[in-house]
Amino acid sequence: MAAMRDALGEVLVSLGARDPKLVVVGADTTGSLKLSAFGTKYPDRFFNVGIAEQNMIGVSAGLALAGKTVIAGTYAVFMPGRAVDQIRNTIAYCKLNVKLIASHGGVSVGPDGGSHQALEDVATMRVIPNMRVIVPSDAISTKKLISAACSSPGPYYIRIARPSSEVIYSEESELSIGKTEVLRDGSDVAIVSNGLLTSRALKAAETLKSQGVSAAVLDSHTVKPLDIETLVRFSRSVCGIVTAEEHNVIGGLGSAVAESLSESRPTRIRRVGVRDVFGESGETEELMAKYGVTERDISEAAMKLVKER
Amino acid sequence: MTTQVISFRDPGRSLDLARLRKISSEIREDILMMLSEAGSGHPGGSLSAVEVVVSLFFVKMRHDPSDPLWPDRDRFLLSKGHAAPLLYAVLSKCGYFPHEELKTLRKIGSRLQGHPDPTKLPGVEIPGGPEGIGLSEGIGMALSSRLDKRSSRIYVMMGDGEMDEGEVWEAAMCASKFRLENLTAIIDRNGVQQDGITEQIMPIEPLAAKWRAFNWNVLEVDGYDFSSILAALEKAEKAKNRPTVIVAHTTKGKGVDFMEWQSEYHGKVPEKAVVQKALEQIKRG
Ligand SMILES: Cc1ncc(C[n+]2csc(CCOP(=O)(O)OP(=O)(O)O)c2C)c(N)n1
Repeated sequence: MAAMRDALGEVLVSLGARDPKLVVVGADTTGSLKLSAFGTKYPDRFFNVGIAEQNMIGVSAGLALAGKTVIAGTYAVFMPGRAVDQIRNTIAYCKLNVKLIASHGGVSVGPDGGSHQALEDVATMRVIPNMRVIVPSDAISTKKLISAACSSPGPYYIRIARPSSEVIYSEESELSIGKTEVLRDGSDVAIVSNGLLTSRALKAAETLKSQGVSAAVLDSHTVKPLDIETLVRFSRSVCGIVTAEEHNVIGGLGSAVAESLSESRPTRIRRVGVRDVFGESGETEELMAKYGVTERDISEAAMKLVKER
Repeated sequence: MTTQVISFRDPGRSLDLARLRKISSEIREDILMMLSEAGSGHPGGSLSAVEVVVSLFFVKMRHDPSDPLWPDRDRFLLSKGHAAPLLYAVLSKCGYFPHEELKTLRKIGSRLQGHPDPTKLPGVEIPGGPEGIGLSEGIGMALSSRLDKRSSRIYVMMGDGEMDEGEVWEAAMCASKFRLENLTAIIDRNGVQQDGITEQIMPIEPLAAKWRAFNWNVLEVDGYDFSSILAALEKAEKAKNRPTVIVAHTTKGKGVDFMEWQSEYHGKVPEKAVVQKALEQIKRG
């Protein structure tokens, strides 16, 4: 198990050494997001603007317009939530070199409750032109994808989860933005997931195997631009696709996959995700079970597709 | 009319009041001409701030129309982006783009978007449109300038109605936290916002006291008196350890009697014949 937030702190410190133009802007949650590790190492390139997310985005825009590579981070309910206009009209509109890193995506946030569990952020960011959206599935891919985003000019929204999660990748894994990782091949169904749901998808595939179903697992860490080629390739051999994400089924990865495939190669799809409701307080696993985002939800959805074949 | 490209790299240009007045009058004509061609846009808040913006671009700021991205330039950020016609008229007069192009304002394919777009037009520093963001962007640029040890100064013009936006006060706190002495905010205190008089729509007084309470160096000027505008800009440059805000007392719709103080002309362009009358008034001075 490893925390994506620790990975974030570590990767920023190493990127800070590589790129003297890298600056970090935070909004009173820098300890929680481990942005403070960067602040300790590079105090002159670290700006805490207080609990002021709109200003944080404006300041980030100004820094980027003046040539800096900017990391802006806080919790996903507040960024994008509190600052969608600022994100749209500065960072996205002018393709500014700002990487928005939001922690606390999904119900896995736990006891803080529904107010702190972002379930709409991927949707709001995905519909804004120029914005690219990434939801890493573990700590290692968090590091690799943030690092890649920092060497690619322009805006990114990168969403990570609060709890520690299983490690899926190794330091040697080669990931690239916009390219789906085939974690497991399969011929009956394909599970397309991201975030905390990817490790659950891998377990679901094991369960399915014991029931005689061959399930592929694809880590679709990049929601936008979506790797449609890989999806189409799999849609040719499987009887259906299960999407799995810790987000509202409206507007997130499931929507993105359904939209693209229905244009390029209509495929039967079942979406695992939160069914258009807010979360509540509880422990991570309890909430993931209650809101339908577990290994079991994934394997059941896959079984349904197989049975309907 | 040919466009003359002048370099404004050297500081301390001479203060020729007659010339500044003539430039301001021509800018007002350009504003009305381009709005009339476009058939829509915002005259009131463009006309009110002419002298302040002329003072910046023609006297105070170091910038270079032949090299708009010169890294050591001073920067003017129009946070009240609906006053785009004013910015465009001034940029064109400085030589950033041909005067002819003013006529393309708000037309399809034009670099002169309804609200400024820095990715399209040289000389534009920030995108405009939503009020309340520019001061934050100014902070980012001021921080960057300090990190890079540049002497660039950042000027951010806001509207008085814009003071209603919460982000302005987030930024006000933030700029004093970071002691941004290279940042100057200018409030175009023209008394009127979109729906009416500011003190009726959302009272903002005591405005100077508010900024003082946020630890800013606060100056007030008559927004049509070049000497006092420029003196304030000098003072702002000398302030240490804190940002400066200049409250410029102005009149919405300045220069056209039937537009002055009228919220009706915040975002409405009159008929061509009425524009003709307005142009005559401006020419008479
Ligand atoms: C966030 C936001 N809300 C609403 C508007 C619509 N709007 C455009 S201009 C304006 C009034 C501006 O008043 P002020 O800042 O005083 O500008 P000025 O009088 O100098 O034109 C409004 C409400 C906007 N541009 N941005």
